[in-house]
Formats: sequence, structure tokens, C-alpha cells
Amino acid sequence: MSVTYPRIVACGDSALSIELSDEIDEDVNARVIALAADLTERPVDAITEMVPTYRSLLVLYDPSIRRAQALRSELEARLRAALPGSRPARRFVVPVVYGGEAGLDLAALAEMKDLGVEELVAIHAAAEYRVYMIGFAPGFAYLGGLPEILHTPRLATPRQRIEAGSIGIGGRQASINSVPGPSGWRYIGRTPLRLFDPERSKPFLLGAGDRVRFRPIGPEEAAALDAAVAAGKTAVEPEPA
Amino acid sequence: MTVLLIGQAGPMVTVQDRGRSGLLHAGVSGSGPMDGPSMDIANALAGNGPDCAVLEFAGSGGVFEVTEPVRFAVAGGAVDIRIDGVAAFPWESHHLLPGRKLTIGAMRDAVWGYLAFSGGIDTPPVLGSRATHLRSGLGGLEGRRLAANDRLPLGIAKAAPLLAFRRFWQQVRGPIRVVPGPQDDYFDRSVWRTFLDEPFIVSPSRDRMAQILDGPLLPAARGHDIVSDGTLAGSIQVPASGRPIVLMAERQTTGGYPKIATVASVDLPRLAQTPSGRRVRFAAVSQEEAEDLLIDGRRALADAIAGMTEKPPDATLS
Repeated sequence: MSVTYPRIVACGDSALSIELSDEIDEDVNARVIALAADLTERPVDAITEMVPTYRSLLVLYDPSIRRAQALRSELEARLRAALPGSRPARRFVVPVVYGGEAGLDLAALAEMKDLGVEELVAIHAAAEYRVYMIGFAPGFAYLGGLPEILHTPRLATPRQRIEAGSIGIGGRQASINSVPGPSGWRYIGRTPLRLFDPERSKPFLLGAGDRVRFRPIGPEEAAALDAAVAAGKTAVEPEPA
Repeated sequence: MTVLLIGQAGPMVTVQDRGRSGLLHAGVSGSGPMDGPSMDIANALAGNGPDCAVLEFAGSGGVFEVTEPVRFAVAGGAVDIRIDGVAAFPWESHHLLPGRKLTIGAMRDAVWGYLAFSGGIDTPPVLGSRATHLRSGLGGLEGRRLAANDRLPLGIAKAAPLLAFRRFWQQVRGPIRVVPGPQDDYFDRSVWRTFLDEPFIVSPSRDRMAQILDGPLLPAARGHDIVSDGTLAGSIQVPASGRPIVLMAERQTTGGYPKIATVASVDLPRLAQTPSGRRVRFAAVSQEEAEDLLIDGRRALADAIAGMTEKPPDATLS
């Protein structure tokens, strides 16, 4: 069956999904984020919320204000006009303690890939990642850009509890976990940073479209960052453009 | 400050309000009530505005006391309510005085009950809402279900008469209406016929996040994995098991299963209130028809709330 993209599909009586593709693709994601940014800067009255994802933008609207029929043509026009890359992406460097208690799978993964642990860490830390979307849980970042050699299927049996800040690998994707919870991903370390803290003035560290690099750190720096984070500090800012 | 004392709590009592908005892009579920109209009615009966927080319960409610006189009301369905052993009706407000014990039993022929107190539950809002999201531990009281000996602050109540609803909030009967999509084309014609012609059974595998349906399986011709996209309350997703799962108030914000259809907003509370083991059928409507249903449903609810009557003065001591 062939489907033509982009297309706008119904999601009940209060949402439309603008689908640009059915695959994971950096250019597609950039267009999704550009459209969301455009709709944020020049809002459409009926739109109440938006959820940018890998390859689609979910738009929630209030049909008492405007019907889907009318909204569709507005969204089509906006989509044609929205240009990716008109705003520079925010770039974050995320400090990571590789291995240790949180790096449950680091050694096994290195063995599976026939790499030394240090080699694996170097590969993971050398790549630049793109936040494709935030979803699943508050602040949970799905990262694309994982080097192919590190692509690894999820575990057959998920673990019951993975801590916030864990650095994971699931299939072709990388993650930074934002809240504790069950997970079938493989974990190679942790960051002292908190992607989500409802007590902070800025509760969410990352947003869709941000770029992330990982920087290996030692125990002393980790302890200092842990203390800063425990004191409610974000402890990282985007790098100057 | 008026304090609500929890003597006993049923198995699933949480603080809820209209839920979080504007944070789906950050992965934060809206949470909020499983049956919004019933919550609105409970608030209105207690003399509260629609943004006040209430207690939502499934199964039995619990035993409650207050430190100052308040009004309260229970809505959602038929339920046994006693004040110091004396029966009181749901769908109308009553006084509760300090020292008296309010006991709320289990819902009959419904699942979710709403207990509103005048002034509303005044726990601190988290990310703009008092609604509890159990999975991420946000809102309500420490982000969790209530338990015996919990204490909850109540807000300042406005003076208001005791009110009664003229009738139970009559929800429509008949099939649960759904709008096909967004991944309706993952399922072939014969599966669509099954989906719309065969009954499904409301499974006891249900919580605030999702409702699983038993009955015929819905295999997806194009497979059961999609590149994750956004979800809604009412999304009917179908994992590889073929068993449909309806996402509810506390759903996660994105998901990787194809969604055959989305339940019309007016019918989602009805599905939530359908007791486990009961049959449901689905009927397809267009997006435009579902919009009409939602707009009409909002008007009907506003009319019903505006049509509440004052209880006769001799009843106000109850």
C-alpha cells in the first residue's frame, strides 16, 4: 500500500496529525520542529497543544473555536511555508559517568561488539545526537545519531527499575532517562543532570530539535555535579551559539 | 485552614482536577479525571468552580472527616453514602460537620466516583495542576493514591446553597462512537468489519492509563510497529497481540503501536464508566460528526449544571 506524504489525518474530534513520513529521518524531523516553532510563534487560535514527534506533528484543537476542516487548510499553508533550520539548534554537553552501578550493560555490550570498554565509551561520546522527540515520560529524550556499531536490540525482559539520568541504548536510538521506571533498553552509564525536575524554574532540560554530546567525567566531577543538582541547580546551560 | 482527614481510603483514591495542559510536548501526560462531566457536576453541586480539585475513586471511596463544616457531593454513578450511618444520596450536596463520619461505598453500575468538597482540595499545584499522575508521581498528595491517615487541606469555600441534580447524568446508550485513524489504513477491510460488527468485552485489565478490551483480535496488515507518534485520551492502539488498548486519562504522551481509531470525546467517559465484563460495540463516525457530538455534549452539560435545583431548606440539616 502506498501512502503519500505529507498528509493530515484525523485523531478523534479534537486533534489532527500532520504526518510527513513513516520513517525516522533527520530532515523530516527538522520539518516537524520547524512547523511546531512556526505555530508557536504565530499561533492559530483554536490550537491548544502540539506534540512534535519523529515524523509527525500532533495538533490538539478546540472544535468550538475552529473545525478540523478549516484548520486543515491553515495547517497545509503553514507546512508549505515552514522552513527547517531557520533557527539555530541549542547544543548541550551532557556529562556522563560511564560504567559503574548505572552502567549495567557496559561491559557486556563491549564484549558483544568486540570493543574495549574505553573504545566503546569513546565512540558513544564522539557522536553528536539529535533530540528527535520528548515523550513516553516527562522530559524523556529520544536521541538519534547513535553510531551504527552501537545499535543493539532491546532486552527480551525489561528491568523493573532504571534510575533517572541513566544513559541508554535501544535499537538505533539513544536515551537519557528522565524519571525512574521499567525499561528494556541497555544502559552504559549515568549523568548527574536531571532532564526533569518539577521544582525547577525550568523543569525540562531538553526539547525536540536540541543537539547533545556526551562528555565522560570522573567520580570527583560527578560528585560535585550531584551536589549541585541536589541543590536544585540545572548545572548545565546550552553552549553559546 | 479546613483539613480533610482520610480515615480509610479505597484502593484507588486520587486527587484530580482538569489536568495538566500545554506540556504534552515535554512528555507530561494531562492526567485529570476519567469522567470529566461527572467531576464537573460534583464540583458544581458542592458550589465549586470547575477548576477545583476533587477526589476520584474506583471501587469503594473510604471514610472521611473534616475539621470545619463543609459541603460535599458525590457524582459518577449510584453509590452508598452514609453520614454517621444515615444514608445520603449521590448527585446532590450535603453538609458534613466536624466529628461526623462520611462513609462512601463502592460504585454500582459504574466505575469512577467523584467526591467534591466545598473549597476544593488545596494541595500545591505541580506544573499547573493538582491532578495526580501516578506513573510519574506528580501532583495530588505526593503523586500517589491516598491512604488511611492522610490529611488534605481544603480551599476557602464560598457560601452556597445545597443543590440537587434533577436526575442522574444520563449518558447516551448505544455503541461507543469512534473516528477512524490516525493509522486506520494499517488494518484491512475484514479487520475493520470485525472491529465494527463484533462486540468487545471490557477487561478487568484497566487502570487510569489504559483499558484493555477482550474479544476478537485485530491483526494489522501493515504490522504492529509504527515510528512512535503522539497519543490522545481515546486512542485505540493495537499491539502485536491484536488486543485493542484504549488509552485513558493517564496515558503516556507518545506510543509506537498503530492506532486504529480514536474514541469520540463524549463517549470516552461512558467507556471508562462501563463495569468490567460488560460488552461494548463500536460505531464509526466522521471527525465532523464527532466534533458536533462534543459541542452538543458540552452544551448539554452546561444546561444540566445550570438546571440544578436548590434543595428544600428542611433538608439542609442532612
